[in-house]
Formats: sequence, structure tokens, C-alpha cells
Amino acid sequence: MRTLFAFHGGVHPPTHKEESTRTPIAQTPLPSKLVIPLSQHVGNRAVPIVQVGERVLKGQKIGRPEGKLSSAVHASTSGTVTAIDMQLVAHHSGLPDLCVTIVPDGKDEWIAHRGVDISQTSHSDLRHLLRKAGVVGLGGAVFPSDLKTDAHHHKIKSLVINGAECEPYITCDDMLMRERATDIVRGANLLRELLHAEEVLIGIEDNKPEAIAAMHLAVEQDKHDKMEVLSVPTMYPSGGAKQLIRILTGIEVAAGVRSTEMGVQCFNVATAYTAWRALAHGEPLLSRIVTVTGNVTDAQNFDVLIGTPLEELVALAGSKPDTDRHIMGGPMMGVDLPAGTIGITKATNCIIESSPKLFPPQPPALPCIRCTRCADVCPAELQPQDLYWFAKSNNFGKTEEFHLFDCIECGACAYVCPSNIPLVQYYRYAKSEIHERERDKKAADLARERHEYRQLRIERDKQEKAEKLAQKEREAAAKAAQAAATPVATPDDTQQKLIEEALARAKAQAAAAHPQNTETLTPEQSAEIAAIEARRAKIREMAADAGADDEPPKSH
Amino acid sequence: MISALWVMIGISLLLGAVLGYSAIKFKVEGNPLVEKIDAVLPQTQCGQCGYPGCKPYAEAIAKGEIGINKCPPGGEEGIQKLADLLGVEFQPFGEGAGPKGKAVAFIDEQTCIGCTLCIQACPVDAIAGAAKQMHTIIASECTGCELCLPPCPVDCITMESIEENITNWKWRHPVIIPIKAVA
Repeated sequence: MRTLFAFHGGVHPPTHKEESTRTPIAQTPLPSKLVIPLSQHVGNRAVPIVQVGERVLKGQKIGRPEGKLSSAVHASTSGTVTAIDMQLVAHHSGLPDLCVTIVPDGKDEWIAHRGVDISQTSHSDLRHLLRKAGVVGLGGAVFPSDLKTDAHHHKIKSLVINGAECEPYITCDDMLMRERATDIVRGANLLRELLHAEEVLIGIEDNKPEAIAAMHLAVEQDKHDKMEVLSVPTMYPSGGAKQLIRILTGIEVAAGVRSTEMGVQCFNVATAYTAWRALAHGEPLLSRIVTVTGNVTDAQNFDVLIGTPLEELVALAGSKPDTDRHIMGGPMMGVDLPAGTIGITKATNCIIESSPKLFPPQPPALPCIRCTRCADVCPAELQPQDLYWFAKSNNFGKTEEFHLFDCIECGACAYVCPSNIPLVQYYRYAKSEIHERERDKKAADLARERHEYRQLRIERDKQEKAEKLAQKEREAAAKAAQAAATPVATPDDTQQKLIEEALARAKAQAAAAHPQNTETLTPEQSAEIAAIEARRAKIREMAADAGADDEPPKSH
Repeated sequence: MISALWVMIGISLLLGAVLGYSAIKFKVEGNPLVEKIDAVLPQTQCGQCGYPGCKPYAEAIAKGEIGINKCPPGGEEGIQKLADLLGVEFQPFGEGAGPKGKAVAFIDEQTCIGCTLCIQACPVDAIAGAAKQMHTIIASECTGCELCLPPCPVDCITMESIEENITNWKWRHPVIIPIKAVA
């Protein structure tokens, strides 16, 4: 029996998970259109590689990853691209971003795809396939998985598979584990091999007995001896990566340190499932499980195509008429969605239909009484009351001193606050102000450097010019002195000499104009030149290819 | 008595020598305050303060020749930072000078005649082009100083303000709803 550890603080909000776990995962019919954002992951936005009016097939890549930290985006079904434009997306700002709109043709026609033999494929190729399949972390952070599986820098001992799903209302991972445990376990084993990890620890909160049983069964059936399913106590936020690592391994991931440096890597169960589907079956990330719950008649989980409009999805669950807003994610960390037209993304784990009855508006915030209840529940062991004080008064240097960037924005502090202070909003405000200042500082440093270099260059040019001028003057003076010293030549002599000189110059020029080394070539030399030309043409062709698609995998 | 005197003289000579040596060895080149002030300034090199660049303005502030409220790109926050650094009172912007939103220059490439005057004016080499060739702004390097606007003979350069988008969007300060006083 493995010893489990506890993290500091935590809260027990009502879970509301029963409503959406009564029926199995439902398939959604094809929506009337798909609005697929090109930035569904951490990092650079994918670059669209389709045109308006083009017909696309299910699984066809429509966005190519840009730079290292990026991921591919695919068409979730076959149809026609009708627009590539700015549309509202699921983001705190409520601002639009670049999306591809596809109208399905109803045929749901797949592009040619097949899985690879995982044991016969090199790890770098597998990682490249993950990148091409657009696999990102589905637990909410949407970090490209190909980067997380790169085990070259650190020795990984434990791979933590996160099935805790601690936030109220959300049940998508629970249902996925109940129904598709075998694929999750195979995916976890695949990730373990990629990371060369010694053990796999699957952490599931003890309020999901069916999921735990299903996962146990899957592990036993596949005889994975390095894998262990562990039931962890129900406590929010045990599903935070740092918190779950602490519970399962006892390792405290310090501030500013990545868990990989301590020998642990963490993936969500849905990510393990998707990675398996991508590699063993060649299916890119086209759909995900989404919980639709809250103010609906039939709360349940759906297997939803990425890009499905929100309103069409909630209609399937029977959204009640008094719904006033949609929340993506859970009630603790969720995002208020700006409109019903936005498309479901890779990060959408749950949609909560909210009504004033379900989530009454927050009463006005009262002054902080420094009761430090927030400090008692903070899982990052911070002093939220101090952070609040400094963030409110724009004292950002102090917030950093108090480790603002260790805050995981779980909302436990705001949940227990007797004064109803929106604490997390203050921390987010302070964080984005600090990021802005860092950006400004970087820009200023760059501008300073460029300006100083320019001054230097101008100064150097001036000096060089002055030097040249001085040189010329010296030469002219020397010539004058020489002319004064030599006796004056007769006019005939001088003219004859000038003509001879001009003739010699013309001859030399004519000789220089014809490169003569190619005229008398041996056959071997000609053959060599032809081979070089062929190589050049090939390189040009390859460069053109690389420009059209992303770089080929680097083999190790 | 005499020996004590000699000891005191000896110590004073030794310490004097050490101090004299360190004064030469660890001499600070230039005014360190200028560097500190320059680090606070936004480095747009726009000259709106009346000095040819941020460094000359920093030198002038360090000498006490000019106020700290002459830098519009730095905004009020910049003034506050300078005030904190120098231990002086915050001064509001003078008349005619006020903070401006961020912007980048944009060259209308149809109108550009390739005269290179703007290239010569740009303090951070953010314009690419050559004589009789079309010019363009390297937007990521442009500081929005507007120094390229006056020399352009065909007025083909405009300033475009940077709109808020998903990448540069910031969380706002949570608005505090004041509680009504009980009557």
C-alpha cells in the first residue's frame, strides 16, 4: 500500500457531479457549422493553410503549427471552408480571434489515416506525430504534449496521470475513465515509454468509485506491472498538477521549478487517451468529451466535435429559458463566455448553464478583515490577504516578493472569503500588469541597444570619411611635390605614353570580361559541375517543400 | 607617549594609502545616476522632451537642468517612477505634453517614392529600404516616436495605434462597488 501525502489547505465545495453521470456519453449530431479557433493551445497561433471555398476532409490539417511552442489544428468533419476571419472565442477578454468556419457536407468523410507501429517507431518521430495530430493537454492548460514528452533534459521517475477532476460539476474525465479506460491505460503506457519513466501513478478522487474500478480492471487486463491506480481523498484543488504530484509522490515542486526537474511529469487522463488515438489509430484531436450541466433538463456528457457552436450543444441538453450566461470550465475557475456562437475548443471540458437562481450575483465586496481564512485554505501556501493588499494598491514589486506567480488561481481563497472579495481577479490583474511591464522593459532594452548601435555606426562612418579625405589630401600633396621635382616632359612623349596606357587598359579589360577557365574543361570536370548543379536544384526543391509544410522530424 | 603618536601616524598613513588606492582602482566611470534614470525612460528616442534621445534627457535630469515631466511616452507612471528614484515630488504633465497611446508607423507603399529621408530619421533603424526602392516599417522594432513623419516629402507615413487583442489584453483592476451609507 502506497503512502499518500497531503497538500496544504483546500476546500470542500458541493460537487454536483451526480446530475451529469446518470447517462453514458452521448454522440452529438453534425452541427450546422463549425467555428474552429486557430489558437486553442498555449503558444503561437496556428497559421491557416486552407482557403475560403476549399473542400476539406475530416482530419485534414487546416492550421499549421508556427514555431516550437505551437500545435496543429484540424477540420473536425468534411465540408467547405466558408470563412477565415476574426470571431468571438472562449477567452476571458471577450475579444475576437482568428477562426476557420466550416459548413459540414454531412458525409463525415475521413482523410486517409492510419496508426503507426509504436514499438517500431523512434521516439522523436512519435513526438512529431503528436505535434502533427494537434495533441495538447486536455486538463485545461492546453500545453502542446509533444514538448512535454521530451525527456532529454531530465530523468523522469514517476509519470502522474491526472484523473482527480476536483472541480465541481465537471464529469468529463470521470465518464471517459468509466467508458474508455483501456485506451487511457494504453496511452499512459505509451507516455511512460516516451518519458522512460519507471512508474505510472493514476490519481483519481475517491468520489468516482466506478471510474476507479474501470481503471483497475483495464490495468489488470493489459498487465501493466509498472502502473498503479490510486484513490485520493476528495478535496479541491487536488487536481492541480502540483497538488496531485504532492499527494501521490510527496514531492513539493518548488517555486520557479518544473516538475520534470524533480523527476515527475503529469498528464491528464483525456490527454493520454487522445495521444493513444493519435498514434495507434492516426486520428488527430477532432473531438473531446464535454460535460453540459447546470440549468439544463438533461445534464450529461457529450462527445463533441471541436468547433461545434455552443448554442447547438447546450440545446441538446435542454438549456432552460432562464439561462443568463454560459460558463466554460467549473464554477471555481471557469470563464464567462461572451456569446452563444463561439465554438467548442480543445480546452472546453465543461459548459455550465447559469441562471440567477443557480449562481446568485456576488454580494458587494466588503473590506478585508484579515481573518486569514484564505491563507488557511491556500494550496500554494501563500498569504492571499497580503497579496490582495499589494495588488489592490498596485504595489507589484511586493506581490512578486510574496510569490504571486505561485498562485494557481484556484479560487479557494475567494470561496471562503467572508467579505466576498474577488481575490483571484486581483491576482490576475497584478499578474498581467507585471507581464506588461516585462514586455515594455524588453522593448525598451531593444530600442536602447539599436539606438546606441546606430549612434556608434554614424560616428564610425564619420571617422572613416574623415580619414579617407585626409588620405586623399596627403596623396594630392605628394603628387604635387613629385610633379614639381620631375622635369617637364615633351608634349609628344606624354601623348604617346597616354595612348599606350589606354590600349593596355582596354586589352586587360577585354581579357577580364571573358572567364576563361570554363572553356578548356576535361570531361571529369564537366561531370562534376553537372553533379553540383543537380545537388543545388535538389536543395532548392527541399527548401521550397519545407516552407510549405512544417519541418521534417529530426532523427536522433 | 611618543610611541602612541607614532602608532597613530602609522595607522593614518596606512588607511590614507588604502583609501587613495581604492579611489583610483574602483573609480566609477560616468554618473551612475544617469544609467538609472535611462533605465526608467521608455527608450522611444522621440525627442519630445527637447533632447536628442533618452540618454541626453537622462543626463539633463541628473544635472537638474530640466523637470521629470517632459516624457509623454513614459506616461504618468514614468513620472512616478522618476519621482521615486530621485526622491522628488510627482509633477503632472505640463501644458501641451500628455501621455499618448502606443502606436507604430505605417508606410503607404503605393505613395512611397524611396527617398530614404525617413530611414535617416529613424533612431532605431526600424525602416527597411533603399534609394528609389519602396520602404517599409519593421513593426516589431518601431518605437512609435513619430520622427519619420516630418521628413517624408510625400506624407506617406501615418501612425497606427495598437489595438487591444487577445495577446496584449490585460486584466482590469476589479471595480469596487461602494456600499451605500446607511441613512
